[in-house]
Amino acid sequence: MYPGDVRYTREHEWVRLDGQTAVIGITSYAQDELGDVVYVELPSVGEMVSLGSEFGTVESVKAVSPLFAPLAGEIVEVNEALIGQPELVNVEPYGSGWMIKVAASTPDELDSLLEAEAYEQFVNDLHA
Amino acid sequence: MTYTPSTDADRATMLEAVGVASINDLFIDVPREHRDPVLDLPPALPETDVIRHLSTLSAKNLVLENIPSFLGGGFYRHFVPALVDQQLLRSEWYTAYTPYQAEMAQGTLQAMYEFQSLVCDLTGMQVANASLYDGASALAEAVLLCRNLVNRPGVVLADSVHPSYRAVVNTYTRALDVDVRTVSSVRRDKLSLMSDPQAVIDAIDDQTCCVVVQRPDFFGVVENIEPIVAAARRHGARVISVVGDPVSLGLLVPPGDSGVDIVVGEVRSFAGPLAYGGPGAGMFATTSELIRRVPGRIAGRTTDEDGRPGFVLTLQTREQHIRRERATSNITTNEALVALGATITLSALGPRGLRQMAEQCLTAAHRTADALAAVGATLATSGSYFNEFLVHAPDGAGHRLERLRVEQDVIGGLDLGRFYPELDDLILVAATELTTADEVRKFAEGWKATNDG
Amino acid sequence: MDSEPLIHQLGSSGRDGVRVPLPQFEPVDPEDVLSQSEIRSGLNLPEVSEIDVMRHFLRLSHRNHSVDTAMYPLGSCTMKYNPKVNEVVARLPGLSDVHPYLPDGDVQGALELIHSLEAMLAEITGFTAVSTQPSAGSQGELAGILGILSYHKARGERRTQVLVPDSAHGTNPATGTMSGLHVVNLPTASDGGIDLDELDARLGPDVAAIMLTLPSTLGLFERRIIDVIERVHSVGAQVYCDGANMNAMLGRVRPADLGVDVMHLNLHKTFSTPHGGGGPGAGALAVQKHLECFLPGPRIERQDGGYVLKEADTSSIGRVHAHLGNFGNLVRAYTYIRSHGSMGLRGATDDAVLNANYLRARLSSDYDVPYDRICMHEVVLAGTRQKKLGVCTIDIAKRLIDYGIHPPTIYFPLIVDEALMIEPTETESLESLDHFVNVMQKIAREAESDPDKVLNAPVNAPVRRLDEVSANRRPDVRWVPESN
Repeated sequence: MYPGDVRYTREHEWVRLDGQTAVIGITSYAQDELGDVVYVELPSVGEMVSLGSEFGTVESVKAVSPLFAPLAGEIVEVNEALIGQPELVNVEPYGSGWMIKVAASTPDELDSLLEAEAYEQFVNDLHA
Repeated sequence: MTYTPSTDADRATMLEAVGVASINDLFIDVPREHRDPVLDLPPALPETDVIRHLSTLSAKNLVLENIPSFLGGGFYRHFVPALVDQQLLRSEWYTAYTPYQAEMAQGTLQAMYEFQSLVCDLTGMQVANASLYDGASALAEAVLLCRNLVNRPGVVLADSVHPSYRAVVNTYTRALDVDVRTVSSVRRDKLSLMSDPQAVIDAIDDQTCCVVVQRPDFFGVVENIEPIVAAARRHGARVISVVGDPVSLGLLVPPGDSGVDIVVGEVRSFAGPLAYGGPGAGMFATTSELIRRVPGRIAGRTTDEDGRPGFVLTLQTREQHIRRERATSNITTNEALVALGATITLSALGPRGLRQMAEQCLTAAHRTADALAAVGATLATSGSYFNEFLVHAPDGAGHRLERLRVEQDVIGGLDLGRFYPELDDLILVAATELTTADEVRKFAEGWKATNDG
Repeated sequence: MDSEPLIHQLGSSGRDGVRVPLPQFEPVDPEDVLSQSEIRSGLNLPEVSEIDVMRHFLRLSHRNHSVDTAMYPLGSCTMKYNPKVNEVVARLPGLSDVHPYLPDGDVQGALELIHSLEAMLAEITGFTAVSTQPSAGSQGELAGILGILSYHKARGERRTQVLVPDSAHGTNPATGTMSGLHVVNLPTASDGGIDLDELDARLGPDVAAIMLTLPSTLGLFERRIIDVIERVHSVGAQVYCDGANMNAMLGRVRPADLGVDVMHLNLHKTFSTPHGGGGPGAGALAVQKHLECFLPGPRIERQDGGYVLKEADTSSIGRVHAHLGNFGNLVRAYTYIRSHGSMGLRGATDDAVLNANYLRARLSSDYDVPYDRICMHEVVLAGTRQKKLGVCTIDIAKRLIDYGIHPPTIYFPLIVDEALMIEPTETESLESLDHFVNVMQKIAREAESDPDKVLNAPVNAPVRRLDEVSANRRPDVRWVPESN
């Protein structure tokens, strides 16, 4: 149900480690709850994030949700495609809908995040 | 009673349905000791009597139609076509609410979109909102936008910007980390008031988030703001331009052409009479880059399920009802009906009508200046002006204006000393396309007659 | 109904509109007094003849619903009848063709009207002074909170927090932020009132104020109000009241008497000034004695049998408007109060509250009522029963449009799931209320047996449901010639 090659946070972000670079986005559950994404506010390359810090927002027509960094590091790339096509977050949340790439300062932080099964359980419990 | 339709029989029916004996029972949650206060108010008046009463109040005010008046100072008396008020009196316009249910409010939404478009046309900017409360609060909101955008505390505010607008900026920023510096942009050269942007330019530094200028400025002067814009750019600061009389936009180069970031101003003059200063409507226009930071309502064009064109409130996530404490502003109600009036006037005038009106304002002001000079008045404006200029009163502006009013039945203009204590010998004289030759003649004769002062 | 072209798409090149006044003077050539670079070369405005301008805006007006058309039960908006006599007096030359900078002696009527209105609003609410300078309720909120901060500062204290119930209107927390305060959320108790334990947990010497809406946005009068106010005062904080719901209190209770320190009023709600499609409104700020000196200035004072404008001193928070506020609407509010007198105002509140309770009683069999007790001038229902059938509050709202009734406020307050906030006001007749009930019942039946009718609504409006997603993804907010 949720891709096994990434880790998840309780704020519904996912993280995939490509070497030392962490690719981050929001989960299919998150985009489904939000509805049609109309805008994503992303930080600039070079900014620093820490675990749990807010790095941007994602908007639907009627709601604004903050985005929280799942680990610490420096932002090395942001997904410019989302400016003209925010709908990519809905269509391919784990693929072309990625949001930021971070040079992880402590990649070990990922180990404390949820694996796919645990995240699925977490989501199920939300609706219990 | 008054506008409530309910009869006692109706109330009895409703009370029964609710299951209480009397209306008093509906207020049981109000603490007993504070229930049913006796309000000491004048007795109720039906229509005829309330109109009579308001008429006596009305009669105690001086009507501009009945006296030559050269008052301006940010509030200008202009021609508004008769059809405007006929439209504004249509129930569907003025008794409607904010267009939150778009399908039932396509009229209001389309009118808002048209207003936004016209404001962009006039100002040369790319994006405009559907109005803010007035020019003053629009400026305050523009300053807050820049503060949040550039994340520096400094605001450089030229003192040739309307003094009351500057006062509202000070109020809006007083509790925030904003350092507003009002900088002199004029200097006295004998009796003339010269524009001097140097102090403004020198005040801009790397802690400045924005610079605020006005054009035409409060003294009526049309100034080249390019040096100030260039200085702002060098330091990474934004530029906000306040429009003086909005009719000037029919003749003068639009602020957008000078590369400013935000344009604000007051468009009341396009919608109806001055009404002792309010309601007004503040215009707010900016670049596409800043669209998601714009305060206030914005109408957007889209399509419906059947592909029909339609309009909605858009980018609502900026606003308080969604973003709450993180909203761009707390503004909710704006000035939709006044903006509608402006939209109709601009549509009815068209490009040639507005241009002609603007040229007539220019003419009226310059001919008034000529007439005053011909009777020995010393003009104190240095530089180009649109429809306002300064005259020196050797006996003091306040004193001369009082004599003109009492002895000559002329309202000669605004005593600058009201806002700039050191300039209390200067009168700000305004003229528009409504100024008549007869009024100018009376003014000049009155000036001459009070010269013995 | 066919769509209406934009005004920019009407007319044709070279067409002239209305004629401007005859020239009075020998024309001055702009190039003689301005430099070439100061004169604009092009001006893109519509070129439409007068008759077509008139027709365009008339046709647009037909695409609007309004209070004068039919019921408009928007909760918290008080869509009462806008008296026409108000429009007549607001257009009297002496109340309209008047320049704000005329000498005081030449505007005694205006000064008297404002002074008198402020005094009457003080009497109605129980406060000692009122300023009618704010342009709307939100601006009144800002002025009020800034006044509170000045009050604390004058006492040598710097407080950084403001408490705002989670049921509050969005303007309250937004105002907190604009005042530089940290907004602390206060959860509402399960009975719809203030939770005293949650309140106590958040009260402390750093709290500048609490912002309360009275009655609450749930349409309920706060049963623990005296207790709440006492607790807030005991830590030296101030009580701000959002007066949007004043229509529930005229002549029945005065917020100042309860201990409220400052409140704003929405003259375009309670006092009948028209909503105009989104404004202009008019706000008023009412304060107790200890906050008077912080009110926006200038103020109007009596002097030598007349009225004068007195500049504010340094304790005032300053100006919030370029002159004295939305005078045209102050005229209308003044006229409304003079038309009603104390008995008329109380009568308006009584009927407003009775009408809302009547709707509650008659609709409770078909809709969930989260707080099933006596309400004030508005009742909050929940579309939760219908949601189980796949029909949401938004769908119910859109179906009301098909029946020619403006939907109530929806999805507010945020703490009620599928909220429908209904405020009939006192100016709806029993027949009108019964009609509304019948329509709501019809829709409830449709949700059960023919839900597509509700889900596909509206079908009887100038447009069907609109694509808000595209409007937000790729905003089109002005007309440009190429786009047509």
